[in-house]
Amino acid sequence: MDVYLPIANLSVNGLFIVLLGVLTGILSGLFGVGGGFLTTPLLIFYGIPPTVAAASAATQVTGASVSGVLAHSRRGGVDYRMGTVMVGGGIVGALIGAALFRLLQALGQIDVVINILYVLMLGSIGSLMMREAVSALRPSLLGKAGAPVRKRRHHPLVASLPYRWRFYASGLYISPLAPLILGMLVGILTMLMGVGGGFLLVPAMLYILGMSGNVVVGTSLYQILFVTMVTTMTHALTTKAVDIVLAALLLLGSVMGAQFGTQIALKARPEYLRLALAALVIVIALRMLYGLGVQPDEIYTVAPL
Amino acid sequence: MRRIAAALLLLLAAPLLSGQREPILVPEVSQSRIEVRQGFTGANLLLYGAVIAPPGTSDDYDIVVVVKGPTEPVRIREKDRIAGIWMNAGGSDFRSAPSFFAVASSRPIEEIVDERTAAIFELGTDFIQLSPSGQIDPEEQARFARGLVVLREKQGLYQENPEGVRISEGVLYQARIVLPSNVTTGNYTAETFAIARGRVLTSATARIAVEKVGLEGQVVIAAQRWSFIYGLGAIVLSLAMGWIAGRLFARG
Repeated sequence: MDVYLPIANLSVNGLFIVLLGVLTGILSGLFGVGGGFLTTPLLIFYGIPPTVAAASAATQVTGASVSGVLAHSRRGGVDYRMGTVMVGGGIVGALIGAALFRLLQALGQIDVVINILYVLMLGSIGSLMMREAVSALRPSLLGKAGAPVRKRRHHPLVASLPYRWRFYASGLYISPLAPLILGMLVGILTMLMGVGGGFLLVPAMLYILGMSGNVVVGTSLYQILFVTMVTTMTHALTTKAVDIVLAALLLLGSVMGAQFGTQIALKARPEYLRLALAALVIVIALRMLYGLGVQPDEIYTVAPL
Repeated sequence: MRRIAAALLLLLAAPLLSGQREPILVPEVSQSRIEVRQGFTGANLLLYGAVIAPPGTSDDYDIVVVVKGPTEPVRIREKDRIAGIWMNAGGSDFRSAPSFFAVASSRPIEEIVDERTAAIFELGTDFIQLSPSGQIDPEEQARFARGLVVLREKQGLYQENPEGVRISEGVLYQARIVLPSNVTTGNYTAETFAIARGRVLTSATARIAVEKVGLEGQVVIAAQRWSFIYGLGAIVLSLAMGWIAGRLFARG
């Protein structure tokens, strides 16, 4: 099924794009990540201009998260207070990210910076998550029932910040500055890398803020929902690279995928989910590291002036 | 075909009237307007026509057809390995890179004309006038230009077909040029050259407009002119689709 994308300026196989949407939608519902870290590189590989891919992926992530947020909020899995603080930081971050994006684009180094960021972020987060997941699973693997579970707690740095608020749903009494700064960092990444930032947000909420596990995924999606809306608008106004046809195709797949993902997430054990996400993140980081080191197929790139 | 028959009739009469020594070229293009709409997967452009020798001459003409898309200023960047990582190292600016460039000829260009003539009339991807700007040495510029050509050849945007023109009876010619789906919209030109004895004897130009029409055209206009509303539309679309899916699955 050939579909012409008016902004990307080429025709693509519509079915392929929808399937890509389903895949990222499942990830989105399952792990609370937007799936942008998978969509954007795959779209670029398919021949869609990088800016259009990043902008349209952000639009898709909005749709995937709204159904995810709905599904999670139905079972009380969203800490709205925490989420709103993070959204505030995220919007500031998105604006900073837009300025950085333009600067790097002018220098011609946006691609390599994005790739290095991917490798560093995904590599370190992936290995951290992998270690945690394995140590959480070890007692059950060895059959030791009732093994001592490490007490969930936030990072000492977070505890040192002033003005504490109560976040009831997360079971926390911490300074709002911590989620605000976290949200801002994720906002910068959203704009730069065309990702929702869930792969960074989920582990940071678990291991840095020490949030209760059952609200992490829902709250992450809540933050992603709003930050990607701002990102879509920023792209529409500055790069004019949002391809609504491409976004609609991706959305069609991902809103369905997100529902499946949420269903699976409710049944599966969280330790296994984290192990699976860690493995996926590490594989992508390794693939990108390999991509940086080997000679690319195209030595030359053309950019309009 | 009726149009070409009429043209032929005129052609046969013309040399008798004017007594000129140049061949007469009557080019036609299958479409003077290409509409890019939903489902557009590229277009087949048929360039055909007739070339008539003036009386008393017996040249065998070669026909070369050059189709060019709108030009744009571009920066070409070159990747190099720095500290083990492949990143953009050098760059070069060109003020007039055609977005599309296709050459079809009845024989390989080098058999028809010498390099100088080919360069003057841009008969080949090696001879595109890119108007380099900035100050880097010609050798380096040539390397960047080559990089651009190779890249666009892979995308199907630059083409060279040394057997792309078929001449029948030494009078009628036809060439087929394929425009891929990723062509830029704008005004295209199709130049036809009649060449004999290494000299371009006559040429003619036809224009082709490539336009986005229907919904596709409106999407582009909306994205450019009403960016805020367009962005809002994209957000509302994504929210609505997510919400509808959420509702459907919640019931099921």
